[in-house]
Amino acid sequence: MPRYAALIYEGAEAAEQTTPDQWATVMAEYNEFGANGGAAGVIAGGEALQPPSMATTIHVSGGAKGGDVIMTDGPFAETKEVLGGFYLLDCKDLDEALKWAAQIPGAWRGRVEVRPVVDFSGE
Amino acid sequence: MLEDVIRDEGGRVVATLIRLTNDFDLAEDAMQEAALAALEHWARTGVPDNPGAWLTTVARRKALDRIRRESTRLKRETASTRLLDEPADPGSVSVHSPPDELRLLFTCCHPALSKEAQIALTLRTLCRLTTGEIARLFLVPEPTIGQRISRAKKKIATARIPYRVPEDHELPERLTAVLSAIYLVFTTSHHATEGRLDARIDLAADALRLARLAARYLPDEPEVLGLLALILATYARRATRLDGFGSVILLADQDRSRWDHAAVAEAAGLVESILRRHRIGPFQLQAAIAVLHGLATTFADTDWPQIAELYGFLEQVQPTPVVRVNRAVALSFSEGARAGLLLLDGFTAAQRAEVERWHLYWSARADFHRQLCEWEKAATDYRRALDCAINDSDRTFLRMRLHEMTVQTPMP
Repeated sequence: MPRYAALIYEGAEAAEQTTPDQWATVMAEYNEFGANGGAAGVIAGGEALQPPSMATTIHVSGGAKGGDVIMTDGPFAETKEVLGGFYLLDCKDLDEALKWAAQIPGAWRGRVEVRPVVDFSGE
Repeated sequence: MLEDVIRDEGGRVVATLIRLTNDFDLAEDAMQEAALAALEHWARTGVPDNPGAWLTTVARRKALDRIRRESTRLKRETASTRLLDEPADPGSVSVHSPPDELRLLFTCCHPALSKEAQIALTLRTLCRLTTGEIARLFLVPEPTIGQRISRAKKKIATARIPYRVPEDHELPERLTAVLSAIYLVFTTSHHATEGRLDARIDLAADALRLARLAARYLPDEPEVLGLLALILATYARRATRLDGFGSVILLADQDRSRWDHAAVAEAAGLVESILRRHRIGPFQLQAAIAVLHGLATTFADTDWPQIAELYGFLEQVQPTPVVRVNRAVALSFSEGARAGLLLLDGFTAAQRAEVERWHLYWSARADFHRQLCEWEKAATDYRRALDCAINDSDRTFLRMRLHEMTVQTPMP
């Protein structure tokens, strides 16, 4: 069966100003979608991402594998390159995630943005 | 005196607590409470033999109290175990594990944080400055600094920026930020934005401590040793930089007998050993220049040809207008003022737009014209320099020079 990625775009600033009540509504709506999609066997995976301020961007210079790794604080903001896919990486910390990100071919063809996912387990 | 001890030890205690608790705010609060306790206790009993261990023990107890009061049970148990298990005396921890302060420095200077956040966080945690003090150093509103620091702490926690010294193969991309931060702490100690230029000279001791720490743990990195040598050779001249009124004393007029010659000798030894490794970098070259100044017994004895050559190498690895201006000054002493002017005339339009906002560019030009007895051109450039100068001591000096030009009786 064909597989599709659904990429969710919402206002970046809005999240930090949301009241607890509004959050409850948002969560209820997503839970409803998750329940419906899960029951139908449609949802293969998914995560909520931390805001762009938590992002780090990797670029391997020289346009080929093995170039210098350049890290930038913050999200990827160019418009010429487009989102072409994503991996979910299980890593012990940011350095390990960045090490793997620098090996994704997109890191020398373009940029790879690494963003932590939200941990709902309530640490 | 008591404050000095707390200051020397504070950064290390905070670094250890952050490692044990993963919580910057908790560590800082606990250290703050321990410092207050120490001031009270030590005033009565005297400073203990190992003040660092004393502070660590008390700060750890304060941190535990807080955790017990405020946290969920699970978090309480893991954090408490770590806080209780570790010996308080750092001497008993393995010599092979990197010092906590160095780990904290690499965390604060992680490339996932902006440059501004890196230096603010370093000054806050390792130099123990308040957000208000940091704000005044960089002429930025205090809430801006507060927000910068709290966002950086949040990113460290949320994105899980690790608490460690990177491995050898990662050092090239990680070391530059750490060395720049240490050097910025040092330059800040010489360029206070309030009061005398040396109002925050206390920060130089922090920079020296961090540079020594990095050099001890990373002795195979020539740039680390270069930074240490640069700080030593520059700090050696601290007693003669300013006069009693806080005005800058030119290098030519400084009393060289009051320089710290032992520090210059240490820096010279470091420079000699690192230049042999043939892995040249900007800190090593600047250190070599500072050492040549430090070793010259009089201003006239300065080895200007070699200094001009070193600035030439520096311009290759760090092609900034500031380096070019310094090179022009050195060249003017070895080959004459005309050679200096020629070099400054070689700036591109973009570079010129940048240097023309900088008072030292104009005062260098003005000095060259003065040496060539071109009084009017010199006066014009001193005026431009005055427009750009931001601190009183620079302005006082430039006004004096300008006055000399207008009466056309220049001092030699």
